[in-house]
Amino acid sequence: MSDCCTTATIDVPIEPRVPGKIRTVALVGPPNSGKSTLFNRLTGLRQKVANYPGVTVEQRVGRLNGIGRSDLTLIDLPGIYGLDRYSEDARVAVEVLQGEMPGTPAPDAILLVLDSLQLRRQLMLAAPVLALGLPTLLLLNMSDLMEARGGRVDTLALAQELGVPVAKISAARGVGLDAVTHFLNRKAEPVEAPAPGRIELPVMGNPRSYRQWAHGVSSRTKYKAPISSEWTRRIDGVLLHKFWGPLIFLAVVFAVFQVVFSIGQPLSDGFGAVLNGAGDAVGRLMGSGWLESLLIDGVWRGVASVLVFLPQILLLFLFIGVLEDSGYLARAALIADRVMRSIGLNGKAFIPLLSAYACAVPAIMATRTIENKRVRFATILVAPFMTCSARLPIYMLMIAAFIPNKPLLGDLFGLRAAVMLSLYLLGFVAALATARLLKSSILKASSAPFILELPQYRLPTVRSLSLRLMDRGRVFLRQAGTVILAVTLVLWVLSHFPAHVALGESLIGRVGHLIEPVIRPLGFNWKIGIGLLTSVMAREVIVGTLGTLYGADPATQSLGLQAALRHDLTLGGAMALVVFFAFALQCTSTLAIVRRETNSWKWPALQFVYMGVLAYLAALATNQAILHFVR
Amino acid sequence: MVAIALLSEFGADTADEIELSGAWKLSQLSELPIGTIGVVESLDLPGEIQHHLMHMGFVPEARVVVVRRAPAGDPTVYSIDGFEVALRRDTAKAIRVREYEQTNTR
Repeated sequence: MSDCCTTATIDVPIEPRVPGKIRTVALVGPPNSGKSTLFNRLTGLRQKVANYPGVTVEQRVGRLNGIGRSDLTLIDLPGIYGLDRYSEDARVAVEVLQGEMPGTPAPDAILLVLDSLQLRRQLMLAAPVLALGLPTLLLLNMSDLMEARGGRVDTLALAQELGVPVAKISAARGVGLDAVTHFLNRKAEPVEAPAPGRIELPVMGNPRSYRQWAHGVSSRTKYKAPISSEWTRRIDGVLLHKFWGPLIFLAVVFAVFQVVFSIGQPLSDGFGAVLNGAGDAVGRLMGSGWLESLLIDGVWRGVASVLVFLPQILLLFLFIGVLEDSGYLARAALIADRVMRSIGLNGKAFIPLLSAYACAVPAIMATRTIENKRVRFATILVAPFMTCSARLPIYMLMIAAFIPNKPLLGDLFGLRAAVMLSLYLLGFVAALATARLLKSSILKASSAPFILELPQYRLPTVRSLSLRLMDRGRVFLRQAGTVILAVTLVLWVLSHFPAHVALGESLIGRVGHLIEPVIRPLGFNWKIGIGLLTSVMAREVIVGTLGTLYGADPATQSLGLQAALRHDLTLGGAMALVVFFAFALQCTSTLAIVRRETNSWKWPALQFVYMGVLAYLAALATNQAILHFVR
Repeated sequence: MVAIALLSEFGADTADEIELSGAWKLSQLSELPIGTIGVVESLDLPGEIQHHLMHMGFVPEARVVVVRRAPAGDPTVYSIDGFEVALRRDTAKAIRVREYEQTNTR
């Protein structure tokens, strides 16, 4: 992986700083100021995403292609309220701005973005930024919205007050960006007279004096905030209503889920069939041989096993995107906070954990909305316990093979459904127990506070949604793809050497035989052992592996495999296997994403071992219990 | 709902400009009923959170409006400097405010 190492590797050459000459521009702004949208606009989506060395703060760097200045580099700093190193984000921002961040060039100019809808408050950040003394352009974002809602500000007076140029823009619509071009062209000239006049800045390091200063500046520049919160408040009156609020919340959650499963699952399945079909077709053209096997069975199947998740992941992110951009996500967090708090998390963890029922990968990527690092890590550690869709193939195979279709509560709820439901519950309980465990360990130190900004409602734009989807899709493919490819190749080599032997005799087969004594108490044989090994790549892979091992006829594979399994395994072993899958982290994509989001192999390794040990113990208990108590 | 009525008349941002007169008493922000205005007196929270809140506008003399509570009764939504932020009771408890008692004539 080229872009996710502990030392940031960014394709930006560190150039000596030449006075008056601009090479690097820093984008600074508070959270929710529309900074990311502006960054995407200015760079035309050509950007590199990495982490700053040693921290989980994300670094985005790109060339200013969006305004035709591909010679200039734009660095997107984390969203911050001040420059007092009060948090990891703020510390990173200060270090970058002062040129102390290793691997990141010192900026020659600053674009300061503030949300003009709440300019009075956001101006507080202007004081410490202006005090840095770098050439700065102040961009008043969402000014179209401000004016449409009856707000106004005298930009000329503001520019005089602050001693820097000021421009009204709308990043979402791409309006006013020529001000950036103009500013950079002018500032890029070698000689620039220092800004004349006296600028009064507040006493540094004191939020109270920043606030007084900011209020003074906004009243002197005739700032009038838009009158808009009225209808936001009216909507909140319904969406946060004591009775209707939770009801609407549940309806939204249910609708999202229904769509992800009823559209996303078939979409993923269909996409998978197309990918495998294409692989088979190319394979037939190539004829058979080890190269064909390596490319089709190894590389292509591996890539396909990642790609099949893509439709579901994108669909889920579309929903999360709509919820977040519209402003509802914050309300959902507010409603869910009470429940989530009881397990040591907070309201913002709810939607990610819910998404994990479809797939842990987007869930873990969605934890970025949780600012509190401890809560975020706890959510990441808990998410893979939720029963994701990749567990369903093995659940369904084993239940169909071993559980009789006996009605329990009428025809609708039978024994099979009951077993399936218990598996879902098992994952949920494991997640709760783990969260509890974390609450008394890593979450203990501070009773993680919860500060939730409630943005005004607005309509999500197609552009910002599609940018987000492209971004998330790319992150997933690159991170999961590279790791998956490596694991696939290793597994292919292990299953195909020595050449011309059956899978049971291959290297991986020998390992399967080797671990048989360890998994025997769980009721597993060496074939299941091989399945456990190959499914480290992805859970559903075990079904295909078992199919190969039991030599089932592809045409009647499902029924043939069920019969073979019934012949070869006990009920205890079969149930132990599904319990094992309920707990174990058999998913390379998840490991890769956790590695990326936590910027360390420590967390995915810990998670893999923890879930593996739990899976082993639970499977052992299941098998032994069934051996002794079920006749 | 006097405060809310006042606010809708002038837009949410004007909480700061409303002339307040009348009796004041000290209390915790978490104790204020919906619709009242409190003036921040002091904060007593661990470093990072305190800083975060102060940069969001919770500084002495800032005016906070209690807007509504979450359906479960906690957290509570407050309005400060024209935007809304939700705080849990535990956090709001650590913010001392002067409560404005609604005896004003406006």
